[in-house]
Amino acid sequence: MVSKKYGSIFCVVGLLAIFSWASSAHGRSDAYKENIYPVGKLKPTDSVLKVKVGERAPDFTLPAVQGGKVTLSQYLGKKNVVISFVPAAWTPVCSDQWPGYNIAQDFFDQNDAILLGITVDNIPTLYAWTNQMCLGDETLWFPVLSDFYPHGTVAKKFGVLRSDGVSERALFVIDKKGIIRYIDVHDINKRPRLEDLVRELEKLEK
Amino acid sequence: MKGVHKPLICCAAFAICLLVATHAALAFTNAPAIGESLPPFKLPIPQDARAERYLGLSGPGQFTIAQIEAKVVIIQIFSMYCPVCQKEAFRVNKLYSTIQKRKDLKDKIKMIGIGTGNTPFEVGFFQKKYEVDFPLFSDENLSIHQILGELRTPYFIGVKINRDGSNEVFYSRLGQFRDVNSFLKRIVELSGL
Repeated sequence: MVSKKYGSIFCVVGLLAIFSWASSAHGRSDAYKENIYPVGKLKPTDSVLKVKVGERAPDFTLPAVQGGKVTLSQYLGKKNVVISFVPAAWTPVCSDQWPGYNIAQDFFDQNDAILLGITVDNIPTLYAWTNQMCLGDETLWFPVLSDFYPHGTVAKKFGVLRSDGVSERALFVIDKKGIIRYIDVHDINKRPRLEDLVRELEKLEK
Repeated sequence: MKGVHKPLICCAAFAICLLVATHAALAFTNAPAIGESLPPFKLPIPQDARAERYLGLSGPGQFTIAQIEAKVVIIQIFSMYCPVCQKEAFRVNKLYSTIQKRKDLKDKIKMIGIGTGNTPFEVGFFQKKYEVDFPLFSDENLSIHQILGELRTPYFIGVKINRDGSNEVFYSRLGQFRDVNSFLKRIVELSGL
Protein backbone atom coordinates (compact mmCIF):
# COMPACT_ATOMS: atom_id res chain seq x y z
CA MET A 1 0.00 0.00 0.00
CA VAL A 2 2.72 2.39 1.09
CA SER A 3 5.01 1.54 -1.83
CA LYS A 4 2.08 1.97 -4.23
CA LYS A 5 1.61 5.50 -2.86
CA TYR A 6 5.31 6.30 -3.37
CA GLY A 7 5.16 4.82 -6.84
CA SER A 8 2.41 7.25 -7.81
CA ILE A 9 4.23 10.22 -6.24
CA PHE A 10 7.46 9.48 -8.05
CA CYS A 11 5.59 8.89 -11.30
CA VAL A 12 4.08 12.38 -11.00
CA VAL A 13 7.50 13.91 -10.22
CA GLY A 14 9.01 12.04 -13.16
CA LEU A 15 6.29 13.14 -15.55
CA LEU A 16 6.61 16.75 -14.46
CA ALA A 17 10.36 16.59 -14.95
CA ILE A 18 9.87 15.23 -18.49
CA PHE A 19 7.19 17.86 -19.14
CA SER A 20 9.53 20.67 -18.05
CA TRP A 21 12.27 19.37 -20.31
CA ALA A 22 10.05 18.79 -23.33
CA SER A 23 8.46 22.22 -23.21
CA SER A 24 11.78 23.86 -23.95
CA ALA A 25 12.91 21.61 -26.76
CA HIS A 26 12.00 24.16 -29.45
CA GLY A 27 12.07 27.88 -30.05
CA ARG A 28 8.92 29.92 -29.68
CA SER A 29 7.71 33.23 -31.01
CA ASP A 30 6.50 35.99 -28.75
CA ALA A 31 3.60 36.50 -31.18
CA TYR A 32 1.45 34.16 -29.11
CA LYS A 33 2.45 35.49 -25.65
CA GLU A 34 1.28 32.96 -23.03
CA ASN A 35 -1.39 31.42 -25.26
CA ILE A 36 0.45 28.34 -26.49
CA TYR A 37 -0.67 25.21 -24.73
CA PRO A 38 2.33 23.14 -23.58
CA VAL A 39 1.73 19.64 -24.90
CA GLY A 40 4.98 18.13 -23.69
CA LYS A 41 6.94 15.57 -25.65
CA LEU A 42 4.66 13.33 -27.67
CA LYS A 43 5.07 9.97 -29.37
CA PRO A 44 6.81 10.94 -32.63
CA THR A 45 4.21 9.29 -34.90
CA ASP A 46 0.99 7.50 -34.00
CA SER A 47 -0.83 6.41 -37.13
CA VAL A 48 -0.52 4.14 -40.17
CA LEU A 49 -0.33 5.71 -43.61
CA LYS A 50 -3.08 4.71 -46.03
CA VAL A 51 -1.47 6.22 -49.13
CA LYS A 52 1.87 5.75 -50.89
CA VAL A 53 4.10 7.76 -53.19
CA GLY A 54 3.01 7.04 -56.78
CA GLU A 55 -0.66 6.59 -55.83
CA ARG A 56 -3.51 8.96 -56.59
CA ALA A 57 -4.27 11.25 -53.63
CA PRO A 58 -7.74 10.73 -52.16
CA ASP A 59 -10.06 13.59 -53.07
CA PHE A 60 -11.70 15.72 -50.40
CA THR A 61 -13.65 18.89 -49.84
CA LEU A 62 -13.19 20.97 -46.71
CA PRO A 63 -14.32 24.41 -45.50
CA ALA A 64 -11.66 27.11 -45.53
CA VAL A 65 -11.12 29.67 -42.79
CA GLN A 66 -11.01 32.32 -45.52
CA GLY A 67 -14.56 31.31 -46.56
CA GLY A 68 -16.04 28.79 -49.03
CA LYS A 69 -14.86 25.25 -49.60
CA VAL A 70 -11.77 23.81 -51.22
CA THR A 71 -11.72 20.55 -53.16
CA LEU A 72 -8.40 18.89 -53.90
CA SER A 73 -9.44 17.87 -57.44
CA GLN A 74 -10.09 21.50 -58.40
CA TYR A 75 -6.32 21.80 -58.85
CA LEU A 76 -6.04 18.83 -61.26
CA GLY A 77 -4.13 19.88 -64.36
CA LYS A 78 -3.69 23.37 -62.94
CA LYS A 79 -1.45 23.36 -59.86
CA ASN A 80 0.86 21.12 -57.91
CA VAL A 81 -0.43 20.85 -54.35
CA VAL A 82 1.35 20.70 -51.01
CA ILE A 83 -0.83 19.57 -48.11
CA SER A 84 0.51 20.52 -44.69
CA PHE A 85 -1.28 18.73 -41.88
CA VAL A 86 -0.43 20.19 -38.47
CA PRO A 87 -1.69 18.62 -35.25
CA ALA A 88 -3.58 21.43 -33.56
CA ALA A 89 -4.01 25.17 -33.21
CA TRP A 90 -2.39 26.96 -30.26
CA THR A 91 0.27 24.31 -29.72
CA PRO A 92 4.07 24.59 -29.96
CA VAL A 93 5.81 23.90 -33.28
CA CYS A 94 2.49 24.09 -35.20
CA SER A 95 2.23 27.76 -34.32
CA ASP A 96 5.65 28.41 -35.86
CA GLN A 97 5.39 26.21 -38.95
CA TRP A 98 2.87 28.04 -41.13
CA PRO A 99 4.27 31.55 -40.47
CA GLY A 100 7.45 30.22 -42.12
CA TYR A 101 5.51 29.01 -45.16
CA ASN A 102 3.73 32.33 -45.20
CA ILE A 103 6.96 34.14 -46.14
CA ALA A 104 8.06 31.35 -48.51
CA GLN A 105 5.33 31.81 -51.12
CA ASP A 106 7.95 32.38 -53.83
CA PHE A 107 9.14 28.78 -53.55
CA PHE A 108 5.57 27.58 -54.19
CA ASP A 109 4.96 30.06 -57.03
CA GLN A 110 8.23 29.19 -58.75
CA ASN A 111 7.13 25.55 -58.79
CA ASP A 112 3.53 26.24 -59.77
CA ALA A 113 2.28 24.90 -56.45
CA ILE A 114 -0.42 25.82 -53.97
CA LEU A 115 -0.26 25.07 -50.27
CA LEU A 116 -3.26 23.75 -48.34
CA GLY A 117 -2.97 23.86 -44.56
CA ILE A 118 -5.18 21.42 -42.67
CA THR A 119 -5.91 20.83 -38.99
CA VAL A 120 -8.74 19.06 -37.15
CA ASP A 121 -9.73 22.31 -35.41
CA ASN A 122 -12.97 24.13 -36.12
CA ILE A 123 -13.19 27.32 -38.18
CA PRO A 124 -13.53 29.82 -35.29
CA THR A 125 -10.43 28.38 -33.59
CA LEU A 126 -8.48 28.48 -36.85
CA TYR A 127 -9.67 32.03 -37.46
CA ALA A 128 -8.32 33.25 -34.11
CA TRP A 129 -5.09 31.28 -34.43
CA THR A 130 -4.22 32.31 -37.99
CA ASN A 131 -5.08 35.93 -37.19
CA GLN A 132 -2.56 35.78 -34.37
CA MET A 133 0.01 34.29 -36.76
CA CYS A 134 -0.39 37.33 -38.95
CA LEU A 135 -0.39 39.67 -35.96
CA GLY A 136 -3.86 40.81 -36.84
CA ASP A 137 -3.17 42.89 -39.93
CA GLU A 138 -2.72 40.44 -42.79
CA THR A 139 -3.93 36.99 -43.76
CA LEU A 140 -2.03 33.86 -44.74
CA TRP A 141 -1.62 33.58 -48.52
CA PHE A 142 -2.75 29.93 -48.60
CA PRO A 143 -6.11 28.32 -47.72
CA VAL A 144 -6.38 26.94 -44.20
CA LEU A 145 -8.89 24.08 -44.08
CA SER A 146 -10.86 22.66 -41.19
CA ASP A 147 -11.05 18.87 -40.91
CA PHE A 148 -13.21 19.23 -37.83
CA TYR A 149 -16.51 17.59 -38.74
CA PRO A 150 -16.94 14.72 -39.27
CA HIS A 151 -13.83 14.71 -37.16
CA GLY A 152 -10.53 14.12 -38.96
CA THR A 153 -12.12 12.56 -42.05
CA VAL A 154 -9.40 13.72 -44.42
CA ALA A 155 -6.58 12.95 -42.00
CA LYS A 156 -8.07 9.46 -41.70
CA LYS A 157 -8.21 9.06 -45.50
CA PHE A 158 -4.49 9.78 -45.73
CA GLY A 159 -3.74 7.70 -42.64
CA VAL A 160 -2.39 10.54 -40.50
CA LEU A 161 -5.03 10.73 -37.76
CA ARG A 162 -3.43 9.94 -34.41
CA SER A 163 -5.12 7.90 -31.72
CA ASP A 164 -5.82 11.06 -29.64
CA GLY A 165 -7.78 12.70 -32.48
CA VAL A 166 -5.21 15.20 -33.76
CA SER A 167 -3.38 14.74 -37.03
CA GLU A 168 0.28 14.03 -37.55
CA ARG A 169 2.64 16.78 -38.61
CA ALA A 170 2.72 15.63 -42.23
CA LEU A 171 3.52 16.96 -45.68
CA PHE A 172 2.16 15.53 -48.93
CA VAL A 173 3.34 16.80 -52.29
CA ILE A 174 0.84 16.03 -55.06
CA ASP A 175 1.51 16.74 -58.73
CA LYS A 176 -0.88 18.25 -61.28
CA LYS A 177 -2.07 14.77 -62.23
CA GLY A 178 -3.16 14.16 -58.65
CA ILE A 179 -0.36 11.69 -57.95
CA ILE A 180 1.44 11.76 -54.58
CA ARG A 181 5.13 12.51 -55.16
CA TYR A 182 6.40 12.97 -51.60
CA ILE A 183 5.26 12.08 -48.10
CA ASP A 184 6.85 13.25 -44.86
CA VAL A 185 5.08 12.09 -41.72
CA HIS A 186 7.34 14.04 -39.45
CA ASP A 187 8.18 13.60 -35.79
CA ILE A 188 5.29 15.58 -34.28
CA ASN A 189 7.70 17.30 -31.86
CA LYS A 190 9.84 18.77 -34.63
CA ARG A 191 9.38 21.16 -37.52
CA PRO A 192 10.19 19.85 -41.02
CA ARG A 193 13.15 21.64 -42.60
CA LEU A 194 12.15 24.14 -45.27
CA GLU A 195 14.87 22.98 -47.66
CA ASP A 196 13.48 19.44 -47.75
CA LEU A 197 10.15 20.71 -48.99
CA VAL A 198 11.79 23.12 -51.46
CA ARG A 199 13.89 20.26 -52.85
CA GLU A 200 10.74 18.19 -53.46
CA LEU A 201 8.93 21.13 -55.04
CA GLU A 202 11.81 21.62 -57.45
CA LYS A 203 11.48 18.03 -58.67
CA LEU A 204 7.92 18.64 -59.89
CA GLU A 205 6.91 19.36 -63.46
CA LYS A 206 6.12 23.04 -63.75
CA MET B 1 6.26 3.03 9.75
CA LYS B 2 4.07 6.02 8.99
CA GLY B 3 6.51 8.37 10.76
CA VAL B 4 9.44 7.12 8.71
CA HIS B 5 7.69 7.79 5.41
CA LYS B 6 6.26 11.19 6.24
CA PRO B 7 9.50 13.08 5.43
CA LEU B 8 9.73 11.25 2.13
CA ILE B 9 6.20 12.27 1.22
CA CYS B 10 6.99 15.87 2.21
CA CYS B 11 10.12 15.79 0.01
CA ALA B 12 8.16 14.47 -2.95
CA ALA B 13 5.43 17.09 -2.46
CA PHE B 14 8.09 19.82 -2.25
CA ALA B 15 9.72 18.52 -5.44
CA ILE B 16 6.37 18.62 -7.24
CA CYS B 17 5.72 22.19 -6.08
CA LEU B 18 9.21 23.21 -7.16
CA LEU B 19 8.83 21.68 -10.60
CA VAL B 20 5.43 23.30 -11.14
CA ALA B 21 6.70 26.67 -9.92
CA THR B 22 9.86 26.61 -12.00
CA HIS B 23 8.19 25.29 -15.13
CA ALA B 24 6.21 28.44 -15.91
CA ALA B 25 9.14 30.70 -15.31
CA LEU B 26 11.68 28.45 -16.99
CA ALA B 27 11.99 30.55 -20.14
CA PHE B 28 13.01 33.60 -18.16
CA THR B 29 14.88 32.44 -15.10
CA ASN B 30 17.90 31.44 -17.15
CA ALA B 31 17.85 34.41 -19.52
CA PRO B 32 21.16 36.33 -19.67
CA ALA B 33 21.20 38.53 -16.60
CA ILE B 34 22.20 42.17 -16.63
CA GLY B 35 25.56 42.71 -14.98
CA GLU B 36 26.63 39.11 -15.57
CA SER B 37 28.81 37.64 -18.30
CA LEU B 38 27.07 36.17 -21.30
CA PRO B 39 26.97 32.38 -20.94
CA PRO B 40 29.81 31.14 -23.17
CA PHE B 41 29.09 29.74 -26.64
CA LYS B 42 30.86 29.71 -29.97
CA LEU B 43 29.76 30.53 -33.50
CA PRO B 44 31.43 29.64 -36.80
CA ILE B 45 33.58 32.39 -38.35
CA PRO B 46 31.57 33.50 -41.40
CA GLN B 47 32.83 32.35 -44.80
CA ASP B 48 31.57 35.58 -46.30
CA ALA B 49 34.47 38.07 -46.46
CA ARG B 50 32.24 41.07 -45.81
CA ALA B 51 30.77 39.56 -42.64
CA GLU B 52 34.24 38.45 -41.55
CA ARG B 53 35.59 41.98 -42.00
CA TYR B 54 32.60 43.51 -40.22
CA LEU B 55 33.18 41.33 -37.17
CA GLY B 56 36.97 41.76 -37.32
CA LEU B 57 37.58 38.02 -37.53
CA SER B 58 39.66 35.89 -39.84
CA GLY B 59 40.31 32.32 -40.81
CA PRO B 60 38.28 29.17 -40.36
CA GLY B 61 37.09 27.96 -36.98
CA GLN B 62 34.87 29.46 -34.34
CA PHE B 63 34.68 32.63 -32.30
CA THR B 64 33.17 33.87 -29.08
CA ILE B 65 31.18 37.09 -28.74
CA ALA B 66 34.09 38.72 -26.88
CA GLN B 67 36.32 38.18 -29.92
CA ILE B 68 34.18 40.45 -32.10
CA GLU B 69 36.01 43.70 -32.84
CA ALA B 70 33.66 46.04 -31.02
CA LYS B 71 32.91 47.63 -27.69
CA VAL B 72 29.29 46.58 -27.79
CA VAL B 73 27.58 43.67 -29.53
CA ILE B 74 23.81 43.55 -30.04
CA ILE B 75 22.61 39.98 -30.41
CA GLN B 76 19.19 39.39 -31.91
CA ILE B 77 17.72 35.97 -31.19
CA PHE B 78 15.24 35.37 -34.00
CA SER B 79 13.55 32.68 -36.05
CA MET B 80 12.58 32.61 -39.69
CA TYR B 81 9.30 31.11 -38.46
CA CYS B 82 8.57 33.86 -35.93
CA PRO B 83 5.89 36.31 -37.13
CA VAL B 84 7.18 39.11 -34.89
CA CYS B 85 10.74 38.65 -36.21
CA GLN B 86 9.43 38.83 -39.77
CA LYS B 87 7.50 41.99 -39.05
CA GLU B 88 10.38 43.45 -37.05
CA ALA B 89 13.01 42.76 -39.72
CA PHE B 90 12.77 46.15 -41.41
CA ARG B 91 13.19 47.92 -38.07
CA VAL B 92 16.20 45.82 -37.09
CA ASN B 93 17.70 46.58 -40.51
CA LYS B 94 17.10 50.25 -39.84
CA LEU B 95 18.91 49.95 -36.53
CA TYR B 96 21.90 48.44 -38.35
CA SER B 97 21.94 51.11 -41.05
CA THR B 98 21.55 53.89 -38.46
CA ILE B 99 24.58 52.57 -36.57
CA GLN B 100 26.55 52.23 -39.81
CA LYS B 101 25.80 55.84 -40.70
CA ARG B 102 27.01 57.13 -37.32
CA LYS B 103 30.78 57.63 -37.48
CA ASP B 104 30.95 57.71 -33.71
CA LEU B 105 29.23 54.32 -33.37
CA LYS B 106 29.87 52.19 -36.44
CA ASP B 107 33.14 50.71 -35.22
CA LYS B 108 31.97 50.44 -31.64
CA ILE B 109 28.62 48.66 -32.02
CA LYS B 110 28.29 45.46 -34.04
CA MET B 111 25.18 43.39 -34.59
CA ILE B 112 24.61 39.70 -35.14
CA GLY B 113 21.51 37.50 -35.32
CA ILE B 114 21.11 33.91 -34.20
CA GLY B 115 18.35 31.86 -35.82
CA THR B 116 16.86 29.63 -33.12
CA GLY B 117 16.11 26.15 -34.46
CA ASN B 118 16.72 27.40 -37.99
CA THR B 119 18.86 25.49 -40.47
CA PRO B 120 21.56 27.41 -42.40
CA PHE B 121 19.19 27.30 -45.42
CA GLU B 122 16.38 28.87 -43.38
CA VAL B 123 18.69 31.55 -41.98
CA GLY B 124 19.98 32.26 -45.50
CA PHE B 125 16.40 32.51 -46.77
CA PHE B 126 15.45 34.95 -43.99
CA GLN B 127 18.58 37.02 -44.69
CA LYS B 128 17.81 37.25 -48.41
CA LYS B 129 14.07 37.78 -48.00
CA TYR B 130 14.49 40.72 -45.61
CA GLU B 131 17.83 41.95 -47.04
CA VAL B 132 19.57 41.70 -43.69
CA ASP B 133 23.05 43.21 -43.97
CA PHE B 134 24.54 42.10 -40.65
CA PRO B 135 25.75 38.52 -40.06
CA LEU B 136 23.18 35.88 -39.15
CA PHE B 137 24.01 32.46 -37.73
CA SER B 138 22.14 29.19 -37.50
CA ASP B 139 21.36 27.47 -34.19
CA GLU B 140 19.78 24.47 -35.85
CA ASN B 141 20.23 22.02 -32.97
CA LEU B 142 19.10 24.59 -30.36
CA SER B 143 22.37 24.35 -28.44
CA ILE B 144 22.70 28.13 -28.06
CA HIS B 145 18.97 28.31 -27.31
CA GLN B 146 19.57 26.01 -24.34
CA ILE B 147 22.68 27.90 -23.18
CA LEU B 148 20.90 31.27 -23.29
CA GLY B 149 17.93 30.07 -21.25
CA GLU B 150 15.44 29.01 -23.92
CA LEU B 151 14.51 32.51 -24.97
CA ARG B 152 11.45 33.30 -27.01
CA THR B 153 11.85 35.30 -30.18
CA PRO B 154 12.64 38.05 -30.90
CA TYR B 155 14.99 38.64 -27.99
CA PHE B 156 17.70 41.29 -27.83
CA ILE B 157 20.88 41.05 -25.77
CA GLY B 158 23.36 43.90 -25.42
CA VAL B 159 26.86 42.82 -24.46
CA LYS B 160 29.74 45.11 -23.50
CA ILE B 161 33.20 43.82 -24.46
CA ASN B 162 35.80 44.88 -21.91
CA ARG B 163 39.46 45.58 -22.66
CA ASP B 164 40.57 42.51 -20.74
CA GLY B 165 38.48 40.29 -23.02
CA SER B 166 35.72 39.77 -20.50
CA ASN B 167 32.15 40.76 -21.29
CA GLU B 168 29.07 42.00 -19.49
CA VAL B 169 25.40 41.87 -20.41
CA PHE B 170 23.81 45.31 -20.08
CA TYR B 171 20.56 44.71 -21.98
CA SER B 172 18.41 41.60 -22.05
CA ARG B 173 14.83 41.83 -23.19
CA LEU B 174 12.10 39.89 -24.99
CA GLY B 175 10.01 41.40 -27.76
CA GLN B 176 10.23 43.98 -30.47
CA PHE B 177 11.49 47.50 -29.96
CA ARG B 178 9.13 50.14 -31.30
CA ASP B 179 11.49 52.97 -32.11
CA VAL B 180 14.97 52.63 -33.56
CA ASN B 181 16.37 55.91 -32.27
CA SER B 182 15.19 55.49 -28.71
CA PHE B 183 16.42 51.88 -28.67
CA LEU B 184 19.85 52.96 -29.92
CA LYS B 185 19.95 55.81 -27.41
CA ARG B 186 19.19 53.30 -24.66
CA ILE B 187 21.94 50.97 -25.87
CA VAL B 188 24.46 53.82 -25.88
CA GLU B 189 23.43 55.01 -22.41
CA LEU B 190 23.28 51.58 -20.77
CA SER B 191 26.60 50.45 -22.23
CA GLY B 192 28.32 53.68 -21.22
CA LEU B 193 29.71 54.26 -24.71
